[in-house]
Amino acid sequence: MSNLPGDLRYTKSHEWVRALPDGSVEIGITDHAQNALGDLVFVEVPESGRQVAAGDPFAVVESVKAASDVYSPVSGEVLAGNDALATQPELVNQEPYGQGWIARIRPSSAASIESLLDAAQYQEHLVSEA
Amino acid sequence: MGRRTPLYQQHLEAGARTVDFGGWDMPVHYGSQIEEHHAVRRDAGMFDVSHMCVVDIRGPGSRAFLSRLLANDVARLAAPGKALYTCMLREDGGVLDDLIVYFLEEGLFRAVVNAATADKDIAWMSRHAGEHGVEVIPRRDLAIVAVQGPNARDKTAGALPADCRAPALALEPFFAVRCGDWFVGRTGYTGEEGFEVVLPAVEVAGFWTALATAGVRPCGLGARDTLRLEAGMNLYGSDMDESVTPLESGLAWTVAMKDQREFLGRQALEAQKAAGVPRKLVGLLLEDRGVLRAHQKVRVEGLGEGELTSGTFSPTLERSIGLARVPAGTSGRVQVEIRGKLLAARVVKPPFVRHGKAQIEL
Repeated sequence: MSNLPGDLRYTKSHEWVRALPDGSVEIGITDHAQNALGDLVFVEVPESGRQVAAGDPFAVVESVKAASDVYSPVSGEVLAGNDALATQPELVNQEPYGQGWIARIRPSSAASIESLLDAAQYQEHLVSEA
Repeated sequence: MGRRTPLYQQHLEAGARTVDFGGWDMPVHYGSQIEEHHAVRRDAGMFDVSHMCVVDIRGPGSRAFLSRLLANDVARLAAPGKALYTCMLREDGGVLDDLIVYFLEEGLFRAVVNAATADKDIAWMSRHAGEHGVEVIPRRDLAIVAVQGPNARDKTAGALPADCRAPALALEPFFAVRCGDWFVGRTGYTGEEGFEVVLPAVEVAGFWTALATAGVRPCGLGARDTLRLEAGMNLYGSDMDESVTPLESGLAWTVAMKDQREFLGRQALEAQKAAGVPRKLVGLLLEDRGVLRAHQKVRVEGLGEGELTSGTFSPTLERSIGLARVPAGTSGRVQVEIRGKLLAARVVKPPFVRHGKAQIEL
């Protein structure tokens, strides 16, 4: 079974979002997504300062087999990409909700994460996709 | 649902993730493609390749038939058991398939063809067989297991029928031996030592289990692809197909044109040679960060454009490598377009890896 922390928000395209105390959000891909992709060998993270819109492809994760886009769950400004992934893409496989985070964003609207899925809704989505 | 090999249930029980490959449900990996890749480079791994098709060619005219049918020359197969890698061409020089053909005895040869092309190949062979009075016999009653890696032959020996062990271990590279219904070749598609074992489908489950007990790791088609690409070996359907000739596919070495043998496709190849072969297949090593993938565009300063035919991350080199079809004069450095950016790549001569070691300068 997929690991789904209850304190995160999720998207149908398999990203997770963590609200940080300063109002910014941390974004990554879910345990389900990393498992489906297999061993990651390359991650392209967004540069800080970039403006992204919700639904935009803003990062790329590549397994041995294929490249997949990661979509921004919110609109806002990129504060940082996770530079550790340049040399250790496997962190996404090993700790998808921890050291394998992909980017931090300052959302243009504080309410924007409220419309995302909670863990139970994302779980339902996974079941419907299976 | 696709077609399934006799090992399908065992693959599922071993945790395989399966994909469609040429109409077959095949394991792509059993958990970690990279670990499976390393198992073959460092120890021993096994692949169920029973989706590929054994085709026996039988009859007194079989040598003359294959001499006409294949671009490489079966006259090179003098000793029983010898194997030959070759293309089978259309009249216009397009590659119908690549295959290995073994000489068993006078009047009997065995070919192993790709899964996705098997039906087309058999129809083509049968169409040309008539005039030579030979039988083309697809052997779907047989399964194929490839065991590859530095320890593959040792670990396989104990799982073979007793009368097969000594002759298998005594094989020279690119030879095969028959023992009863079993057929063991010292061949492979990984750049490592090993065997390819053809055996009755009803016996393959026991053989697979015996290999696993001997410490051979099940490996999926994902690892098979990264291993063959590191070894600089072409994949039919990606690196060549009916739209290109072997001369544009890095396979000129497999085409025997020195004598006057009239094989199918020869005239087209001669015409292409005379006019100048416009493109060639080269190896690429990506110098920037990223991953080469099939169909990415290659820009060659002053010469035009080419295209990646295969690309991946090389687990052995920890760099991205690929094969690309580019203008004939290409050398040195090129640029590859990846998601709108132009990244630097260097033209290198495959293989990238053999027997666990890098063959190119990184």
